[in-house]
This record gives sequence, structure tokens and C-alpha cells, in this order.
Amino acid sequence: MSDVVLEVRDLTKHFPLTKGIVFKRQVGAVRAVDGVNLTLRRGETLGVVGESGCGKSTLAKLIIGLEKPTSGEILVQGQNLARMRGSALRRARRNIQLVMQDPYTSLNPRMTVGDIVGEPFQIHPEVAPRSDRRRRVGELLELVGLSPDHINRYPHQFSGGQRQRIGIARALALRPEIIVCDEPVSALDLSIQAQVINLLERLQEELGLSYIFIAHDLSVVRHISDRVAVMYLGKIIETGVDTEIYDHPTHPYAQALLSAVPVPDPTLRGLRDQIILEGDVPSPANPPSGCRFRTRCWKAREVCVEQEPALVEREGSAHPSACHFAEERDVVHATD
Amino acid sequence: MTEQVESVISADRSAQAGIERSASLWADAWRDLRRRPVAIASAVVIVLVSSMAAFPWLWTRTDPRDCPIQLSKATPSAAHIFGTNELGCDYYAMTIYGARASIIVALVSTSLVLLVGALVGMAAGFYGGWVDSVLSRLADIFFALPFLLGALVFLSMLRSHSVWTIVLAFAVLGWPPLARIVRASVLATKNMDYVQAARSLGASDRRLLFRHILPNAAAPAIVVATILLGTYVASEATLSYLGIGLQPPEISWGIMIAQGQSYVTSGYPHLLLFPAAFLSATVLAFILLGDALRDALDPKLR
Amino acid sequence: MLPEPDPDADLLDVRDLRIEFRTRDGVSKAVNGVSFTVQPGQTRAILGESGCGKSVTAQAVMGILDSPPAHVTGGEVRYRGVDVLTLPDEERRRIRGNHIAMVFQDALSALNPVFTVGFQIGEQFRKHLGMSRTDARRRAVELMDQVRIPAARQRVNDFPHQFSGGMRQRVMIAMALALDPDVLIADEPTTALDVTVQAQIMSLLGELLRERQMGLVLITHDMGVVADVADHISVMYAGRIVEEAPVRDIYARPAHPYTKALLESIPRVDVKGQQLNVIKGLPPSPTRVPRGCAFHPRCRYARDVCRQDPPPLYGVDSRRTSACHFWEEVVSARSEGSEPRSREQDEGVGGE
Repeated sequence: MSDVVLEVRDLTKHFPLTKGIVFKRQVGAVRAVDGVNLTLRRGETLGVVGESGCGKSTLAKLIIGLEKPTSGEILVQGQNLARMRGSALRRARRNIQLVMQDPYTSLNPRMTVGDIVGEPFQIHPEVAPRSDRRRRVGELLELVGLSPDHINRYPHQFSGGQRQRIGIARALALRPEIIVCDEPVSALDLSIQAQVINLLERLQEELGLSYIFIAHDLSVVRHISDRVAVMYLGKIIETGVDTEIYDHPTHPYAQALLSAVPVPDPTLRGLRDQIILEGDVPSPANPPSGCRFRTRCWKAREVCVEQEPALVEREGSAHPSACHFAEERDVVHATD
Repeated sequence: MTEQVESVISADRSAQAGIERSASLWADAWRDLRRRPVAIASAVVIVLVSSMAAFPWLWTRTDPRDCPIQLSKATPSAAHIFGTNELGCDYYAMTIYGARASIIVALVSTSLVLLVGALVGMAAGFYGGWVDSVLSRLADIFFALPFLLGALVFLSMLRSHSVWTIVLAFAVLGWPPLARIVRASVLATKNMDYVQAARSLGASDRRLLFRHILPNAAAPAIVVATILLGTYVASEATLSYLGIGLQPPEISWGIMIAQGQSYVTSGYPHLLLFPAAFLSATVLAFILLGDALRDALDPKLR
Repeated sequence: MLPEPDPDADLLDVRDLRIEFRTRDGVSKAVNGVSFTVQPGQTRAILGESGCGKSVTAQAVMGILDSPPAHVTGGEVRYRGVDVLTLPDEERRRIRGNHIAMVFQDALSALNPVFTVGFQIGEQFRKHLGMSRTDARRRAVELMDQVRIPAARQRVNDFPHQFSGGMRQRVMIAMALALDPDVLIADEPTTALDVTVQAQIMSLLGELLRERQMGLVLITHDMGVVADVADHISVMYAGRIVEEAPVRDIYARPAHPYTKALLESIPRVDVKGQQLNVIKGLPPSPTRVPRGCAFHPRCRYARDVCRQDPPPLYGVDSRRTSACHFWEEVVSARSEGSEPRSREQDEGVGGE
């Protein structure tokens, strides 16, 4: 369990804000991802949670190589993806694949299922000889629970859940070790979500995959993840194994976030510790000094303005938490 | 062995097409078009006019340039069903032969405009940045010239006025709107998830453009091109009418309208009506087909 | 003479509502005999997946159905005893806004981008009450205060795009509350929002309901939100209400296989290592609803009778109903859990 397949060090992505039409000058930057560290081990699922604008989708794009980081390292098998170019990068990319959120827009409507699932082989012809590709595509479809007879159909002939399976088959084609799942079930109907979650879990078991599972639904993340990282305004503010985050959260934002997740059990009504946050998330173009959550935090004091809290284990927190006043508070279960 | 597999697969494909909703957007559009009477009528008109342009002898045995002057300005009769013009030429034969200039100008100009517009639009939309700035400003400059006025000026600078000079004028002036449309739909398609998915797999720019973006961005351009065909038929006639397009002894509907109009009030309205009716029907057919195509290709309307 | 609202009648009483979509491809019965009531201060949740007809029901109650293609083909929508479906348009408009108001899912597209939010909130006062511009603006500020928009006085002249998603939803709620309605219909009011913002909005709605003794019809697919706020639940599937019960009963002992399966298929934030049970297959499209019980192809209790006879609404006890021939079996069954199951059951393959 301990071999690391992916390590992210001090990763940042700043999108420049420019003014002017012909002569653009930079007037600032949106700090979408601002110093993120992650480790992913073989066969494990790392959940990344946070609300819109926290930078989790940009993080996914950086890891998958769709965006170039401003600084920092993405280490896969000792190689830094952020520094690689050309064919070396193309080879390295085979190892990290992506499952996207929206199954309706992530498949080219003009291509057959066979072409979509087989496209990775066309882009990386060295992986499978031409004569073998059709058989492999059939196997992939079977692996995700679709009939290989559907190879000549077009995406619009499938339901949302089936399309998501096609997207997963495409991601598996190059036999990657790592799959980045960016909100893979949030666009699906309620009764279909569990089908796809269970599929992802079985594939992980059979193929020894490692997942980075990015989602805003904390219940789904708890179900599938071994470890969880909570993001706020481009930074990870608390990280730990499942029970550390969900049963013993220590960062005020993580607590507020968890307390806001409704539980499908009316007998708990009014018995849970509910934290209603005030106001909105500040703009990532102009984040607060010190601790980024201090503008909405009920614990904030002088030190929070001046000093940015590091993501470390603290007196009040047995797992890394970026709060000067980290302290456990159970917000998920019924309390008296 | 492979052959066998292929045949099984293609059999499977055709079987599916019969049973359920299947195939691509174009197949859907085709099925949709077949159910629209307007589209079918337009297509019939276009096929008829095209056959006049390509094979006029299918429609008439009379030579439109064989003009017995004694038959000048005959009204329609059994021998000359559209009558004759002031030189005694058979007006039906002239109308048939007049289709060729219109259709050639329309088809060739539209093809050139489509080619140039698509290339410029794709480059601007896909690469963005300074490529986009330069190409878009260039398109703006051409766009600022009024189309007919530009064609008038362009043609009056040239000495000879043939079908090909008109085509050249239309192509030089006509590409900017198409480039804009292609650029806009490439921009919209470029950020679609499936293009990002292919990019994340490491696909080359060429693959992204021709496999993923172009097939999905082509529909609006094709619709506009269909409508442009009609516009160019009309513009050719306009230029010829104004005397700056084709010149007699060439035969075109524009020239016929120009010459026929002066006899309308003196009791020979057929000299205007027949070429004008053919011209309007052709232009209308192209525009209505473009409209129907737009509806058929728009999945939101389905 | 138009009928006067009767203060002793049910606040909102929808009876056997039927809605059809007539399109080129044929007729689809989107809503097929839906009935429910709402009392003052109560929250009625209508729970279902996309395409089950819940939003169409809300639009019909509100009188904003897109017609054509949608047509109400039967049933009644009684507000205090008055069937609003039979009222002339003018009267209906008066009821809408004055007595029944609606909050939509997507506040950004429901608000007009070229007018300030103050103007849009005040519009109701000007149109329905004939107030002057300045009075309407003052009332708009009051309402913005009531929905807890900070610095309402300064923000009243801002445009919708200058607000965050949560604040825009508050603006919508303010607009809905303007004429002091008795019934609020909220169609997925928090689906587009982040979870902490959702908590803010739901707690605001809860307070407003208590203060004003409004009835709320909450259209949603989120079983967590429903558990938090609803008093009564109607579960919809394929255009019908398949189960109706007080909130605690339905979560403790669901009486319809669909409700039961839904509850077992969603992960909970407070449970570790939970087994998710899957509903095989797909919800039917409204144009091709299966014969008999619409849920039978996906149901683990289904037998021959389910393929033939559509189940009536059986009374489970005095307060709840279920449209399942075998509801007794469902209610008494314990939740399935530990026995080994096949891949097909786990991932619902094959059935789709």
C-alpha cells in the first residue's frame, strides 16, 4: 500500500488578469491553485472536496496535463510531468487518465462508440497493434458492463449512465495506473449514481487503479475515498483518512462544510450541530491575508490576519489541519 | 476472418438503422428533411435548374442563338412556348441556357468562399491569440465593404467580364461572413468536453481540428453556404442587369431581365416574367433549403 | 360571479392532475393523476428523478405551463376551494403572485439581466398594487433585508450578475414573497448551489415559512434536503405519485420498492463503509412507460400481476398510501445488505 504513484509538490496555477486589447498588461492574477501538496498511493482513492471556485477542477486539469502549472512539481514514477515536453510527455500521459463530469458533452457525437474507446490506441499506436484494437475495444466495453455489440452505435443512443461507462472505458484503454475522476457522478440521475460508483470500485479492485476523486458531494466522497483533502480558495485546509475528516474534523471550514451536508434521516433533524456560514467566498483574485477563511470564521483572531496557518498536525488535530485554533467538533452525527 | 467480422458488423449496423433511432446528426437531418414538403420542393427545383445548366439539350433542341429576325417579339405560342425576344431568338431556349451562368457563378463562388472562409475561420478560432487578431481584423476590413458596391467597383476595374471574373469578385468579397461563422463555431466547439478529453489523451492539433472540431462545427457554415448559393444567383443577375456583369451575346437571366424590362409596358411582359420567374424560383429554392437545413441540423428543435 | 376563496378549505389541493405533451413524435403522458394537499406552515416535498413529471406538475399548479406542447387534460388545482384551472386568465394572474408564488432553480436565467434587482422586486408592487416607483423601491429594500441580503440599501441598484449564486437565489425569494403569498412553490431551489449556500437558503426558507405560515411545495431530487425540511412527502415515478407519507414514516419504513431502493442507493455522510444497493435499469421515458406498474422492470418484488395491472394507491395506514401491489411485503422487509450479490446487481448492468 505504501508505494507512491503520484506526488504533487507546491503546485500553483495563477491565471493572469489582463487589460487592454492589443497591448495586454497584467493587472493581477486569479490564484486558482495556490500551493497544493498531495500524495497518491497504489490502489487508493484520494477524495478532493470543496465548493465551486475552490480550485479542485483546475487541480484536476493540472494533474492531467490540460493546463501548465505556474510552478510546482507533478511527480509520476520519479519524473516531473510539469517539466516534460513532446513525446516523453505523451508517453507519460498514458499513465494518468481522466473521467469527466458530463457524459453528454464528453463524447464526440459524430464518432461511434468503437471509435471513441479506440481513439487512445490511434493516438498512442505503440500500445496495441492495429489488428488487435477492435478486440481490445470489445473487451473494454465488456469490462465496464456494456455489450461489445454496441461498438457501432453513436453516443446519443445511450443513456447518461451508459455514456459515463463509455467514458470510463476510454480512460482505461491505455491501462493507466491513475485515473482522475472529475465529478464523475454528479450529472447522473439519482438511481444511476450508485451503479457508476460501484463500477468504479470494482475496477479499482480488479485493476489496482489509484483514483483522485474530485467532487462536491461529500457523501459520495466519503463512500469511495480512503483519504480526503478539503480545499478552500486554492489551498488544502485539512487532510486525513476518512474517519479523521468526517468524524473528527478540526478546521472550521471543514466543519461548516460537513455540517451543511443533509443526511437522509429525518430523525436527526435538529439534533445535529449545524453551522450556517455568513456571506460568500472571497474572490480568488484577491484572497484575504493570513488565513483565507478568516473573513467568515467565528474563531478568527489577530493572528489569523497576520500569519498563514500551515497544513500540519497540531495540538488540537491529530491529522494535518491549516487552522491556528484547530479543534475537533463532530458536526456529522447527532449530538445533544 | 477479418472480412467475416466486417460483414457481420456492417450487417449489424444496417439492421440497427432499420429498427431504432440511429446514426449521426447528418442521418437524422436527412430523415428530418425528407419529411418537410418545402425542403423536397426546393430540392426538386434545384435539381431541375441544375440539369438545365449541365445538360440544356435535355430541355430544348432549339439553339438560342439561332434568331430569325422576322419572328421578333412574338408572344407565346405552340412553336415558341415562351415567345421570342426582339431579335427573334426563342425565349424558352434562352431561359434554359441562361441557367448555366447563374449556377456556375453560384456553385464556384460558394465553393471558394467556403474554402477560404473555413480555413481562415478555423485558424482564427483554433489558434486564437495574434493569429486570430490579424485574421479577424482582415475580415473586418473586407466585411466593411458593401458586397454589391464592392463587386461593382471590382468588375469595373477589369476589362473582360466573364463568368470567372464575377466568381473572382464574389469570392474575394464573400469570405468574411463565412470566416466569422466558422470561427464562432470552432470557438464554441474547441472548449467542448470531448475535445478536452482528446487533448488530455495527447491528441495532435490536426486530430483535434479534423476529427473532433470540424465535423461538429461544420453545420452552421453549410447552412449559410446553401443560402449564399441563392444570394449569388441573385447577385449575378443584378450585376448583369446593371450592365457590369455578363455582356451579350452571353446568355443569363440577368441580361434577359435587363433587356426584357423595357418591353413590359409596350405589351410584351413575357420578356420580363419568364426569366424573372426562373430566377426567383431558383433563389427561393436555395434559401428555403438553407432554412430547412438549419432546422434539421439544430438538435434543439428536435 | 367568480367563486370566492373559502378560508376553511385546504390551502392547496391538487386532485388527479393530468398533463400531456403533444409533439410531432406523438403524445406523452407526463403527469398521470397526481394528487396532494398543502396546509399553512407545512412543507410538502415532491421527490423524484429527472423526467418523472415533478417540475411539470409545479408549472401546472403555477399556471406557467408551456402550452403547446403541454396540455392539462384533467384534474383540479384548488386554492382555498377555488379551482384555478377553470378561472379566466385575468383571475389566474391575480392568484399567481398574490396567493401562489414560485422560486426557480436557476436564478441567473430567471432574473432579467438588464434591470436592477430593486426594479425587478418592486415591479410586483407597481403592477399589482399600483405603487409609485419610490415606494416600490423602499419596499424592495425591506424585502431584501428580510431575505438577509447584506447592505440591501446599497445593493438595491445592482444588477443580477453582480450577485453571487446564493444572493441571487435570495433575490428570487424576495420577489416571490413580495405580495405575501400563502403558497410558495420551490422547484429545485438549491440544486445549483454549493452545500454551505444550500444550508443558508434552506434555513432562510424555513424561517420565512414559520413567520408567515406559508405552505411550501418543495420539488426536489435530494433525499437529504427532504429529510431536513419536509413534513409530508410525495414520491413521483413516471408521472405518478407512487408513495405518499409523513416524512419520518417514509424514511423509517418505505412502503414502495422505488422509495426503498432509492434510500438504499444513496451514500450517507455519517456512515462509513456502507454497501450501496443499485436500482437496475433506467427510469422510463415518458413516451414509453411500461404496462402495468411503471416500476416493474426495475423492481425486485415484481411478479406477474405487476406486468398486467397498474397498482391503485393502497392505504398503508390512515396517513399514508403506496402504489404497490406488495406494499405489505415492502414495509415489513428489512433493508437488504450483506448477502453476496452479483456484479449485475451491483452495477445495474444489462438492464439499461
